[in-house]
Amino acid sequence: MNRWALSCIILLATQAVAQPDFRRQLQTKLILATDGDTIRIPEGQYTIDATLSMEGKNGIVLSGSGMDKTILQFQGQQTGAEGIRITNGRQITIQDLTVRNAKGDAIKTMNLQDVHFLRVRTDWSGKPSPKNGAYGLYPVNCKGVRIEGCEARGASDAGIYVGQSRDIVVSHCRAFENVAGIEIENSVNAIVHHNEAFRNTGGILVFDLPDLPVKKGGQCRVYENRIYDNNLANFAPKGNIVGTVPQGTGILLLAANHVDVSGNEIRDNRTLGVCIASYYITEKRIRDSIYYPYPTAINIHDNTFSRQRVRATRRGRMGLLFRFKLRFGRKVPDILYDGILDKTITGSDGRYLPEHRICIRNNRNARLASLDAGNDFRSITTDPSLFDCSLEIHTATPTGHQP
Amino acid sequence: MTTHPSRLQRYLPMVALAVIILLTGAALRVEAPPSRLSDFGFFAGPPAEQRAAPGTIPYRLNTPLFSDNAVKLRFLRLPVGAAVAYNDSSVFDFPVGTALVKTFAFPHDARHPEKGRRLIETRILLREADGWKALPYVWDEAQSDAFLDVAGDLREVSYTDELGRRRKHAYQIPNLNQCKGCHNRAEQMTPIGPSSRQLSGPLTTTSGQSQLEDWARAGILTGLPNRDHLPAALVWNDPTTGPLEQRARLWLDINCAHCHQPQGPASTSGLFLGMAETDPLHLGIGKTPVASGRGSGSLRHDIVPGDPSASILLHRMASTDPGVMMPELGRTQPDPQALALIREWIAEMKPLR
Repeated sequence: MNRWALSCIILLATQAVAQPDFRRQLQTKLILATDGDTIRIPEGQYTIDATLSMEGKNGIVLSGSGMDKTILQFQGQQTGAEGIRITNGRQITIQDLTVRNAKGDAIKTMNLQDVHFLRVRTDWSGKPSPKNGAYGLYPVNCKGVRIEGCEARGASDAGIYVGQSRDIVVSHCRAFENVAGIEIENSVNAIVHHNEAFRNTGGILVFDLPDLPVKKGGQCRVYENRIYDNNLANFAPKGNIVGTVPQGTGILLLAANHVDVSGNEIRDNRTLGVCIASYYITEKRIRDSIYYPYPTAINIHDNTFSRQRVRATRRGRMGLLFRFKLRFGRKVPDILYDGILDKTITGSDGRYLPEHRICIRNNRNARLASLDAGNDFRSITTDPSLFDCSLEIHTATPTGHQP
Repeated sequence: MTTHPSRLQRYLPMVALAVIILLTGAALRVEAPPSRLSDFGFFAGPPAEQRAAPGTIPYRLNTPLFSDNAVKLRFLRLPVGAAVAYNDSSVFDFPVGTALVKTFAFPHDARHPEKGRRLIETRILLREADGWKALPYVWDEAQSDAFLDVAGDLREVSYTDELGRRRKHAYQIPNLNQCKGCHNRAEQMTPIGPSSRQLSGPLTTTSGQSQLEDWARAGILTGLPNRDHLPAALVWNDPTTGPLEQRARLWLDINCAHCHQPQGPASTSGLFLGMAETDPLHLGIGKTPVASGRGSGSLRHDIVPGDPSASILLHRMASTDPGVMMPELGRTQPDPQALALIREWIAEMKPLR
C-alpha cells in the first residue's frame, strides 16, 4: 500500500472515532480497499442516508452475514440515485446481504468484468408501488455476470435486470412482486435457469430495445425455470417500456433473436404464457435506424403449460386487443406470436428461411396463436404445423470467478 | 562444443530487471497528499481569504455547473515554466504537475458579497504521470483551513440568495469515488471545465480581454489563434452573449454531458448532451427512456419539441428526489433560471411531424 493510502487511513481512523457513523466508515472502507480485500458487514440493520460507492477496484468481496442478517436500509436516503454503486473494475463479488428501500436502483454495477451477486436480496417494503426504485439487481455494461441464489421484490421496473452486458448466468433466484421479474435486455450470451418468477406483472423478459449504444442482444437460453401467477397489475411509472408489459405475462421475447426457451414450468399467467413480439407491438415509433425490431430464430420446446380457464387481462392496449380483436374468451392461447414478419428474410412460401424461424415443438399442454398483427389480425392462425421445427441456439458458459 | 555462460552472465538479466523495478518503483512512488489544504501553498495569507499566491492563477468559466447556488473560486497552478497547448474542442491537456483548485463557498448574502461567506470544501485535481487524481478537502467551522476527507458528508448551509430569499438546505460534499461520477471519460479521471469555449470570457467583468489572452501573455498558453478565431464567450443566462439554442446547449454541455456522452458514466442511456452532438435522437428529441424507472415521471420522451412540460429532461432537472433528479450528484436544490432556459429552448423547437 502506498503512503498516500496509508495516510488516508490514519487520517480517517482518527475521524472515525470522532464521528462513529456507519455509512462514513463503510464508505471509507470501500474507497481505501486494496485489490483482493474482503469487506465484511456484520449482522445488523443499518440505516444509510447516501449511496455507497466503489470505483476502480479489483478482486473485492463485499460480504454481509446473510440476506436475512445484514440489512442495509436506505429509507430516507438523501443523496445518490442508487443504494450501492460499483463501477469500473474486475472480479467483484457482492454476497449475503439485503439492500432495502433504495431511492433509485438498489445495486447498480457498471463497466465491470466478472461481477458475482451471490445470495443478495433487494426489496422495497410495502405494497408494490411506482414510487419504488426501478431495478433491484442492476448490472449494466458488464462482461461476465453471475447472479445466483438472489431474491428481488418490489422493483417498479425489473427485480433482476441485466442490460447491455455479455456472458451472463442468472440461476436459482426468486423474483416476485416486481413489474418484471427477470429481464435480459440488449445483452449477448445469457443463460437463465432454475429461477422462480412469480406474482410479477411479467415473469421473464428478453428484450432488444432501440436508442441504446449496445444495439443487439441475442444468444439466450431460458430453461427449467418456474414461471407462475404473474398477474400483478402493471405498476411501472408510465413512459417506461416495461409499462407496456401486459398483466399476466409469463415470458415475453420482444424483438429478441436467437433465444431458446425449454423445460420451463409456465403456469397460471392469465394473458400470455409465452409471447413472441416485434417492437411494433409497443406502438412506439422507431427512430433508431440501426435497430432490428423483429424477433427471429426463436426455439420454444419441451415446456409445460397450464392455466386456469380465466380471461386475459382487460387492462391496457393488450386488454383492448383481447376483448375486441382476439376474442379468445377464457380459452387464451399459451403461446402468442404477433406474426409481424421481416419480409427480407422470408422464402417463396412466405415463411422465414429456416435459420430465422420461430420454432415451437414438443411443449406439454400448449396451444398457440399467430396473430398476423401487421395486417390488422386478418389471418390469425392456430396451426402448430407452421411452427413445427427446431433450431440450435448456442450459448457459451461464462468462465466467471469463484468467490 | 558447448559454452556455459558464467554465473554473472546467467544472472545479469535478472539483476538488471530488479534494478529497473527498484528504480521505476522509486520514481513512481506517490507522495502522500498533504492533510491540510494550506500545505499546498496555493494561497497567500490566510487560506480562507483565497488570495492566489504567486504562480497560482485564478480563472472562471463562462457557464459553470450549478451546485446548489454555491459560488466557486477556481485556480490553476502549472509546474514552474510549463505551458499548456490551446485546442478548440476539448478540455486542455494540462502537463503533469498541474493542479486545478476549486473552492465551494456560500456568501451570507448573494446580493452583498462583501458581507462575507462560508467556505465549505475545496476540491483539487492533480495531474500526475498516470493521470488525474482528485483530492477533496473540507473546511473546518473556524474557517482556518480545509482537511483531506475522502468519505464525503452532508452539511447544512444557510444564506440569502440573489432574490433576497432566506435559504437553508443540505449541501452534499461528495466522497472520493463520487468525484469520478462526473470527472470520468472512458473510465479515466478527467477535468470538465477548462476548455477554450469556457475560458474565452474575461476573468472579471471589468477586465476587457479574454482569459485565454491573459494566459498567452503570461506565457502559460501556447498556440492561441488570433482574437477573431476564439470561441464566443457564451454565458448561459446572458442573452447578449449568444442565441438561445447555443446557450442552452452549452448549459447542457457543462451540467450534463460529463456523464451523458458516449464515453461517460451515462453512456448506457443513449442520451448524449455534449455540445458536439448532432444526432437529434441522441440529444433526446423524440427519444424514449430506457432505464429511467420513475425518473420518467410518467412522460414518454426525453425532449418533446414544442412541449417542455411533456419532456422528461425538464422533469428530472426540476426534481429534488434523489431517485429522479438530474444531475444525480452535486445538487439538492432546483435551479429556476436553468429550468427557464431549457424550457424556452424546448418550447421554441419545431414539433416533430
